[in-house]
Amino acid sequence: MSQHDHAHEDSAAIAHHHDIHSELPSDPALRVKALESLLTEKGLVDPATVDAWVETYESRIGPRNGAKVVAKAWVDPDYKRRLLSDATKAIGELDMLGNQGQHMVALENTPEIHNLVVCTLCSCYPLPVLGLPPVWYKSAPYRSRAVLDPRGVLKEFGLELQEHVKIRVWDSTAEVRYLVVPERPAGTEKLSEEQLAALVTRDSMIGVAKVKA
Amino acid sequence: MNSIHDMGGMHGLGAVRAEPNEPPFHEKWEGRAGGIVEVMTFPENFPGDRFRYLRETLRPDLYLTQSYYEQWLYVAEQILLEAGMISAEELRDGRAGPSAAKRNDAMRADAVWGFLHDRAHTGRKLAEGPRFAIGQRVRARNMQPDGHTRLPRYARGKTGIVTRHHGGHVLPDAHAHWQGPAPQHLYTVRFTARELWGEAANPRDRVNLDLWESYLEPA
Repeated sequence: MSQHDHAHEDSAAIAHHHDIHSELPSDPALRVKALESLLTEKGLVDPATVDAWVETYESRIGPRNGAKVVAKAWVDPDYKRRLLSDATKAIGELDMLGNQGQHMVALENTPEIHNLVVCTLCSCYPLPVLGLPPVWYKSAPYRSRAVLDPRGVLKEFGLELQEHVKIRVWDSTAEVRYLVVPERPAGTEKLSEEQLAALVTRDSMIGVAKVKA
Repeated sequence: MNSIHDMGGMHGLGAVRAEPNEPPFHEKWEGRAGGIVEVMTFPENFPGDRFRYLRETLRPDLYLTQSYYEQWLYVAEQILLEAGMISAEELRDGRAGPSAAKRNDAMRADAVWGFLHDRAHTGRKLAEGPRFAIGQRVRARNMQPDGHTRLPRYARGKTGIVTRHHGGHVLPDAHAHWQGPAPQHLYTVRFTARELWGEAANPRDRVNLDLWESYLEPA
């Protein structure tokens, strides 16, 4: 069977299941509850493991990880060089969460070049360094317009770039995940690496904001 | 497939609304849904690309109106239904059928950290070298597969320049449909905003896409 025929049969089989999904509770809280108790009963899920997953993303994996990478790159030119040439390896040096099977690429913002990351097809995001993506990143308005009208989208975030700045949009897919290294703000020369990390926001590492001193 | 998920370049979907200090989960059920989908027992050798493909098969009206974690629930249910790991009746009732066997190999809580650490890599060694060189001009093929693909509509038929080579990677177009990893060379291709969107686009702007070798032809 050709790839085309196979995909066609596949989609027909999936459509067959659509009736089942539509019979489930419309309140997602009830739907989750029913699924969790069914899967627990069948031994396909351990609720304590779900607790652990939630706890991990609530307190251990989030944009503070990425902020540490950025602050280190700001204060350590050798590290910055390594980060920009092989981000997967350089982030791995910091022993945060390994690479999660994702190839990482770091993109440096400068006064002339502004990088912006999106995933138009789904919600690919650099999980190990930024945690779970915010709702707006996964939303239709951002996904549809970040590639077509990046300057307009940035304005909605309150960021107006000068006409001469070159915008580089990265429409990412699952295999390579992008982390923006924002510009270090002026007036931060005396701050420690830790103090600098506290300034770095999630939005600045996606490319929709600048870091403020 | 040419469905609503492929929304790059669309108008009319509204302004971006960012929430200050957004929490990882807005309601408790979102965390439960996210956790279940990540740590549940999957069918053997389940291809990660199928997860993305299944989300694309959600009816377009629901894709636009359901929240992200509701869509994950749909995907989880679909994965388990098509593998026969749960039945439609069980899903409707929220409880196991009378003859259902209970498994005892669910992921344990102390395995979560390791699981997140060691997600499967998509990189694969390829015997053949890359067909395209860095700096080469390439055209994204005009193709309309009704299955999964990572070539968005807005780039099809457009010409760009190869800027990076990422080695071999599992091909989502095959993998999503249980056709094996079928790895190919993966490249970053840089397109000018004008090539993609026309003369009104800013001449300084570029859009970069990661594209597999079979998506491309020499230009």
